Amino acid sequence: MNINRRRILILLPAAAIAWKSVLAGTPEESPNYKMSDHWWSMLIDIPKCIGCGNCVRACAAENDVPDGNFRTWVERYHVSDENMTEPEVISPDGGKEGFPVATADAAKYFFVPKMCNHCADSPCTQVCPVGATFISPDGVVLVDQKYCLGCAYCVQACPYGCRYIHPEKKVADKCTLCYHRITKGLTTACCEACPTGARQLADLKDPKDPIHEFLKTHSVQILKPQMATGAKVFYNDLDGSVR
Amino acid sequence: MSFFKDAGHLFRFAGLFVLAFLVFLVVRHFVVPKSFGEYGHYRGASIGEIAAHPIKFAGHQTCEGCHVDVLDVKSKGKHAHVNCEACHGPQVKHATADDPSTVKPVLPDTAVLCARCHTASAAKPKGFPQVDPADHSNGMPCDTCHKPHSPGMDAGGAK
Amino acid sequence: MQLAFGQVRLMNGVEGFMYPNEVGLQWSVLIVLYPFITGLVAGAFILASLERVFRVEAVKPTYRLALLTALAFLLVAPLPLQLHLGHPERSPEMYFTPHSTSAMAMFGYVYLWYLMAVLVLEIWLDYRRDIVLFSQSAPKLTRWIYKLMTLGSNNIGPRSLAIDERVGWIVTLIGIPSAFLLHGYVGFIFGSIKANPWWSSPLMPVVFIFSAMVSGIAGVMLLYMVITKLRKQTIDMRCVDTIAMYLFYIFIIDFSLEMLDLIHRVYEADESFRSLNFLVHTQLYIPHIVIQIFLGTLTPIVLLGITQVMKLREIVRKRIYVVAGCLTMIGIFAMRWNVVIGGQLFSKSFLGYTTYKMALVTREGLLVAIFLTILPLFFLWALIKLLPPWTEPSAHQAAGD
Repeated sequence: MNINRRRILILLPAAAIAWKSVLAGTPEESPNYKMSDHWWSMLIDIPKCIGCGNCVRACAAENDVPDGNFRTWVERYHVSDENMTEPEVISPDGGKEGFPVATADAAKYFFVPKMCNHCADSPCTQVCPVGATFISPDGVVLVDQKYCLGCAYCVQACPYGCRYIHPEKKVADKCTLCYHRITKGLTTACCEACPTGARQLADLKDPKDPIHEFLKTHSVQILKPQMATGAKVFYNDLDGSVR
Repeated sequence: MSFFKDAGHLFRFAGLFVLAFLVFLVVRHFVVPKSFGEYGHYRGASIGEIAAHPIKFAGHQTCEGCHVDVLDVKSKGKHAHVNCEACHGPQVKHATADDPSTVKPVLPDTAVLCARCHTASAAKPKGFPQVDPADHSNGMPCDTCHKPHSPGMDAGGAK
Repeated sequence: MQLAFGQVRLMNGVEGFMYPNEVGLQWSVLIVLYPFITGLVAGAFILASLERVFRVEAVKPTYRLALLTALAFLLVAPLPLQLHLGHPERSPEMYFTPHSTSAMAMFGYVYLWYLMAVLVLEIWLDYRRDIVLFSQSAPKLTRWIYKLMTLGSNNIGPRSLAIDERVGWIVTLIGIPSAFLLHGYVGFIFGSIKANPWWSSPLMPVVFIFSAMVSGIAGVMLLYMVITKLRKQTIDMRCVDTIAMYLFYIFIIDFSLEMLDLIHRVYEADESFRSLNFLVHTQLYIPHIVIQIFLGTLTPIVLLGITQVMKLREIVRKRIYVVAGCLTMIGIFAMRWNVVIGGQLFSKSFLGYTTYKMALVTREGLLVAIFLTILPLFFLWALIKLLPPWTEPSAHQAAGD
């Protein structure tokens, strides 16, 4: 390490502040975070995804996701121009270790990372019998694992297949948009680990967030728009064959 | 008056209902969590509980706070936008240790790590740098020739 | 390994592509059992109401038996749900904080209402005279049970019993829509899920209710015939013939509704149709086409139809009723299976299928399911002993037929 002294004096306090927020174990440590200032969403840029599976591994590490279940996963599509309605899709172990090598042919390939869409009109929160799953005031659909009965009704109601019952805790589990991170100024684990910037956390209530400009200048889709779920994960250049 | 005598049993049955309902109300008052309904039909305190989960990835800003020299090299090369922990894995223990040098992260094996992104596949975007590892390096670890923080051979990243 | 177009790969029971979290089924055979059981409750109650409200006097011999059957099955009904929950100890939350947008949340209250304000109340009112008499004459061991059930009132004078009769009639009247609600909401639980095209349909609660009536009526008919035989008494053929007639007509309606759903599905052929059609022709072929439709619906309808149009000897009719009744029970169970399990066998991407691996000895396995199916019969046996629906011919008084 070759850090000169002057730099240390400037950077150490900055690092210390960053450390402090990382150390923060309770909401009180982040008193500047007001839920009503935020409306969280995510942008996924399809042309940038290389199917490396970093996001799947990072999410599993950050959130202790049990093997065989996925808070996020990547699908690989193989679509022929002669048959757009029947794509060939694989997701080996959710794409956790990447994908097998594909050999070029006449059909096109692309990767689609998927996760909870944190729907504004979520069908999953609608069906919970006791109020154990809900959308927070800042737009993140969460599960209260101390209250959940494990009835799995929400799992049935999600059109995107993003929920599962935790095999040990026996309660519903799913992507939390790394709520414990984003409320402290960090980004989600999947965005942090993505090497190409295919995944970007976005705050729709923040006027300075680049997503506003992006939404105005690109062709953006959501998954299963006919379900009218108010999905907040936006995809750039999502092919029509994507299920 | 005789109606009450003849229907007395019905009033007793109804009485059981009323009693059970009152007991229910009392129990409910004690059992339902206090923060329930604070923001909606859920336990408001759960938001704070979820926000308090432990963090595993420190985040690149934290790494860059100390590792300025690496940042200098990386920001000029092809891996400028690849975050530290994308390759080095979750490092919060290292970043938050009193003496980070006591929690030294294990350096990733480049033969495995780099292949994940850079193995050539028709499925990957055309412009993305990708090679067939067997052809390209014959199984040699990638950092034999490439500097991971600035891997481009022409931009001074060659070893 | 490169997959050619159209080629599917079978790994751990998965064919084609499924979202990774979809591969294991969430709702097991116990969730198949629950609507089957509440269906029997609702159907048995409707049979009882035929006599009480609609004055179909011919079915009176089965009135009390139908009520006790409904109660026996209703007592078992929450068990499959409790065994399925990840945290059954938290189920009281449905009483304390029910979520008003969730159909499942009404379970606690609808169940309690139906149990206490309909079924128990009606049985109590109908049996009260017997209960008071038993509380005085029964052997010491069981006397305290009857004493408890009298709620301390020994009044069985004519006016008191007349009030019971009137109130009981009102309770049965309210009980009919309550029975529809008890079982219809289960249909709505499935029918309101837009994410699942096999379930999502406004017809679902209606189909559930009519198939419930079919199974409940057939169930009570079978129980009546079997128990009467065990008691070495003669089966009242006028009663059974009438029940079979109602069973036949309600079956026609049930079948028409199911065919309507099928035809509508095939005609509209929406995005899910190809995937579901493939499922029905492969994994669900035996449970759906063979067992539910042919064996469980068409065959009983034809058999019962024959008894309606032809004059047959008593012994032939009895045999037909037994066969038709058994096939009906199997068919309605298959219908629940095809809805619950069938709805989870295909991927919501419409690109793949999984299989249901039913365990044997786990909490949600086959043995538990079999046990829960037989348990209500034990409860029924106990209830019949406690509150006999019939008096044995040697007794002097008749307390109900």
